[in-house]
Amino acid sequence: MSAVSTSPVIERGTATSRIAAIAVAVIIALLAIAPQFLSAGAVDRMTALFVYVILAAMWNALAGFGGLVSVGQQVFFGLGAYFAIRLADAGLNPFLALFASGIIVGAVSWPLSLFMLRLRNGEFAIGMWVIAALTHLLVNLDRLVQGETGTSLISLNAYDAGARRAAIYWLALASMTALLAILFGLLRGSTGAAIRAIRDNEDAAASVGVRVTGTKRLLFVLAAFGIGIAGALWLATSITFQPKTYFNVQWTAYMIFMVLVGGIGTFEGAILGALVFFLIETWFGGTGVWYLVGLGATAVLFSLFLPRGLWGTIEERFGLRLLPVGYRVRFPAATDGDGMLSPQQATPYREKA
Amino acid sequence: MTHPQQQAILAAAGIHKRFGALVVLDAVDFSMATDEAVGIVGPNGAGKTTLLSVLAGAFPPSAGTVSFKGGDVTALAATQRCRLGLVRTHQVPKPFSGMTTFENVFVAASHGAGLGRDEAYEEALGSLKLCGMLGVANRRAETLGLLDRKRLELARALAARPTLLLLDEIGGGLTDGEAGELVDTIKELRRRKIGIVWIEHIVHILLQVAERLICMDAGKIIADGEPQTVMADPEVVRAYLGGGPK
Repeated sequence: MSAVSTSPVIERGTATSRIAAIAVAVIIALLAIAPQFLSAGAVDRMTALFVYVILAAMWNALAGFGGLVSVGQQVFFGLGAYFAIRLADAGLNPFLALFASGIIVGAVSWPLSLFMLRLRNGEFAIGMWVIAALTHLLVNLDRLVQGETGTSLISLNAYDAGARRAAIYWLALASMTALLAILFGLLRGSTGAAIRAIRDNEDAAASVGVRVTGTKRLLFVLAAFGIGIAGALWLATSITFQPKTYFNVQWTAYMIFMVLVGGIGTFEGAILGALVFFLIETWFGGTGVWYLVGLGATAVLFSLFLPRGLWGTIEERFGLRLLPVGYRVRFPAATDGDGMLSPQQATPYREKA
Repeated sequence: MTHPQQQAILAAAGIHKRFGALVVLDAVDFSMATDEAVGIVGPNGAGKTTLLSVLAGAFPPSAGTVSFKGGDVTALAATQRCRLGLVRTHQVPKPFSGMTTFENVFVAASHGAGLGRDEAYEEALGSLKLCGMLGVANRRAETLGLLDRKRLELARALAARPTLLLLDEIGGGLTDGEAGELVDTIKELRRRKIGIVWIEHIVHILLQVAERLICMDAGKIIADGEPQTVMADPEVVRAYLGGGPK
């Protein structure tokens, strides 16, 4: 039945998604030349946006695709900054230190996964928070950090402010692009299908040959690496390192907010959610406590009325898929000897939260 | 029985399974050849599904060994046993509910059967076609009804390319027409030389496929042999059919 022209074909993309791929390339190219036209403040804000996109995409991969809901991802954000400080203090070029730090965070997350992935659901979520709090205290004990007084990535000050700002912007853009590409490749491949299967039913996934623990570990380590890079980039933009700022649970709260508002379990949703969060912060971030009240209210409204988030709803309503990771069966001839075939083609494709 | 140990593809010896104080399997010995289709009947709570789970590696037995294709697989998890060709379905369907029907089956073809992308596509489509599910290939599994969920269990297990398939009540709730289709599908699997162990309450469907029948009661095998003989066994009649003359 393979060579027959009427046999079904597996589609990975659509005409829209092919246009979207070109659009993504154009947007990244425009972003790459943007610093020449943007003010210093705007460049810094854009760098923050790239960090948010990384955070949202990583938490979404972990929770939305892998079913691993963690409220302790700030541990990797904090460690990313901390190891960068440590490496720079040891004499490593500060820009190199940012990436070396991400790799160390990934390496640290591997032994952590050995016992954390034995926990399930709520235990895992809260367990990760405990790990974050514990790591925060341990980092405070480092004499270089001086407890909550903190320290700075002083070696970055050796660079001219303008050149440094642009360099960090480009590093953040390149990191975001590379991490999104890695994530997209992973989720779109057969490992991605395994990841979603584990999310939906671990026992059933094992019963059809999926290596459950190894696959979860891969995702866990990748998310730690990405969030570690994000933490190191954040350090590069703010220079100062105070443990309580980096190991704060607010970072995970932001990740959850971005993913829930954008659309959990959709690749596009996390990016959209980061953009929404960024705009809210830009417009209302100066209003102090009302900003936080607004964020909370928005999250509540979304979970009540748009549980699939913005992108999940758009996808459901319009069948729109820009960066699809799933599979669709297309039947070349509706009369394949089975009258049931054609109506199914209109069924919009969706990912489940 | 007429199934000597040396040609057994699957053999379970001295299987005990306890959950706390409850003894669910009590010294069960079972073996079968690849070219067999074995039916398992018995009253609720007899330990049928537990036996299937122990065979498939969902959990380890409290005592006893399971061997498959001549090797001891007692210590192997379900993932490894599936990759060796010992694949099960679930009594209560366990679909990957956020994925499409095709994706559910593709996971098994890609990971269970270890196929590359194009081969996995073909295997998945073939399984869906055999189980009559091509029409719902793009539906998310959580939107499927119970009948389709049961079919999906079968299609998904098949896509893992089993040597031996362990079926757990896939016929429950079927109409006569649907049951006929299911029997045709299972007969096709027999033509493909796939061994079958099938737990089923709907005995008349089972008897159309099973060449050997086992009856379990209270954690033990109480009868094992040619189906008509087993069904006529007085102890089977008492335990399973509730006693009294037929």
